[in-house]
Amino acid sequence: MTSAWFSSPDTAAKSLGEAGYLADEATATTAYLAGALEKPLLVEGPAGVGKTELAKAVARATGAELVRLQCYEGLDEARALYEWNYKKQLLRIQAAGDQAWEETHDDIFTDEFLLTRPLLTAIRRSEPTVLLVDEVDKTDVEVEGLLLEVLSDFQVTIPELGTVAAVRRPFVVLTSNATRELSEAVKRRCLYLHLDYPDAEREREIVLSQVPGVEDTLAAQLVEFVGRMRALELKKSPSIAESVDWARTLVALQIGSLDEAAVARTLGVVLKHASDHDRAVRELKLAASRS
Amino acid sequence: MSGLLDRHIGFVEALREAGLAVSLAEDLDALTALQSVTWDSREVVRTAYAATLVKRQAQRPTFDSLFDLWFPRLVGDGAATDAAEADEDSDAGTVRDSGEALQEFRDELLEALITNEEDRLRQLAGEAVGRFGAMPGRAEGESSWSSYAAMKRVDPDGLVFALMQALLASGEGDEESARATANGRAEAFTRLAEGDARRRIAEQKGPEHVARIAVRPTIDRIDFINARRGELADMRREIYPLARRLATRLTQEHHARRRGPLDFRRTVRASISTGGVPLTTHHKPKRPHRTELVVLCDVSGSVANFAQFTLLLVFALREQFAGMRAFTFVDTVHEVTSYFRPGADPVDVLADLGASASQAALWGRTNYGRAFTKFQDEYAAALGPKSSLLILGDARSNYSDLALPALREMADSARHAWWLNPESSRQWGTGDSAAREYAELVPMVECRNLTQLAEFVHDIL
Repeated sequence: MTSAWFSSPDTAAKSLGEAGYLADEATATTAYLAGALEKPLLVEGPAGVGKTELAKAVARATGAELVRLQCYEGLDEARALYEWNYKKQLLRIQAAGDQAWEETHDDIFTDEFLLTRPLLTAIRRSEPTVLLVDEVDKTDVEVEGLLLEVLSDFQVTIPELGTVAAVRRPFVVLTSNATRELSEAVKRRCLYLHLDYPDAEREREIVLSQVPGVEDTLAAQLVEFVGRMRALELKKSPSIAESVDWARTLVALQIGSLDEAAVARTLGVVLKHASDHDRAVRELKLAASRS
Repeated sequence: MSGLLDRHIGFVEALREAGLAVSLAEDLDALTALQSVTWDSREVVRTAYAATLVKRQAQRPTFDSLFDLWFPRLVGDGAATDAAEADEDSDAGTVRDSGEALQEFRDELLEALITNEEDRLRQLAGEAVGRFGAMPGRAEGESSWSSYAAMKRVDPDGLVFALMQALLASGEGDEESARATANGRAEAFTRLAEGDARRRIAEQKGPEHVARIAVRPTIDRIDFINARRGELADMRREIYPLARRLATRLTQEHHARRRGPLDFRRTVRASISTGGVPLTTHHKPKRPHRTELVVLCDVSGSVANFAQFTLLLVFALREQFAGMRAFTFVDTVHEVTSYFRPGADPVDVLADLGASASQAALWGRTNYGRAFTKFQDEYAAALGPKSSLLILGDARSNYSDLALPALREMADSARHAWWLNPESSRQWGTGDSAAREYAELVPMVECRNLTQLAEFVHDIL
């Protein structure tokens, strides 16, 4: 069974790597499976571990276009699926003059007056498409119901136009911060991938590839330090995004080695809670006094 | 293939038994996924199963341990150790497990820990259980391998210091980080050995048997009362994310029914721009109803953990309340509101709470009656028509006076009152438990694990 997306887990890892995304084995395999089984991929994990980036990387690696649906509270069908451009329809009716209503009616419910939103756009495209449904846990439960229809059959029914079925199934990635438990129905239709903080080796590679100009030893020091902070009980553990930001900060400040003073000056880049800050300073000062 | 299918079905059955809701559709997905990957790597197979069957990260540990049972890394001692074993046997029949052999093994282990090669460590873990964890002579039907025995003999924790020195010598970081790394590696080795012992037992008795006893429930379903120390730490880490999830859910639900009564004035004013036709209506926002929460918790040894978790969770959700006062008691009442400063570090708060527990005890024996009477004497003003009362405790009062009138007074003066009991409702009213008597005055809710706790807190808000 060959897939239009990746031909094997190894090639998935390789082409994602070339697209600037260093995937571990599980991520690459799951991405490959999502393509091979043509099932949506639900990615969960803490903020800043590269969930959204995975979808972008898949798009880059396969030369597909990315269609993004950013979810938020109050997102509705008109914003997610399609909407009729009623202002234009009104103009059309006014311009019609004494044309018969039947004719006008047929005229105004055509493609010309249809505003497609991300979900419909992704389904109607004939070129390879990656559909990213970002932060799906922020939506209301009704939108989940809407997603169900789209994700299981890849088709949308528009009463005036009929059913639009996907010409070519898009590669769907849903991301979630797990602030809300998604319904079983959605989960059942998806493959599931939990992205977590990477191990030190991989994180170092990520920092090196994302931040040009960072020294190898500095990256290693930084990653090791971040790893120690993750072991503390913090309200928000630093994620990869924070490691990369930190490396950028250090490069911008031209700090070549991560000593205590450097850490104290730049800790705000990594820890965003005052109590976390205190805790880290205390625990790591403790470490300093012991050695 | 049929044997493989049986194994697959057995595995799925075991997952269901362990509480993962695996539907038939997911089952079929897993098979399709397995067909589209190659079977040359065990990790790929594991990922294929995980992607299709496990839809909640909390269930991942359960899944992993079951996967290791149904699809073991190797069978018996495997091919890898055969050579070493033959060697050993030819030397002197029985010295597979002797002081000398142990020393030799530990040297080898230290070396492997320093280089941290995963394959080597895995192999050594298998060897450790095979050589030092065997419990021969036990009756048929009892497990004959013990990772505990093996680890007691091999003692990887005893190697931590040497490992640390070696790490320091190779110039990797400072002392603190070396210590952390060394501890981490020794722990990882112990886990490997535990896994191997399970694998061996599963081989003898079938994976179903081990699955039933060796697989712990997921962290949000572990009882507060029976939790182990490591699990308590994990649970504490869960509190903050849990509070955040609850808060998001609550805000969403409040927003969903935010529209209040019609705001006539604004509607009419807005209608002017549309020629007097009220096209859009405006509504007054609904004022969320917020109560003042009074928490009264039993901090005696048996239920201390439960009380602390609940206090932390309630405190993390304090924006949902107009105010909060917390009291702890064993046989007298002590106010602890001041420990909950906004933005305070949860670990510090717990430490402070632990230290203050002694102030809630005069004689050190739980006495609910005395605590309630004392509360009515000193803090009766805390309860009013705007406040809700939440009592946490197992209602085991050492057969002392229950002071039911005092509790009735408290419940009557508050707007709402609830009692959370960390014991299973089956045990209520047994022994010295006065749960039944108290439940008549204050609605009592069973709250044994994080899931139940989260549900309760969500429902009262």
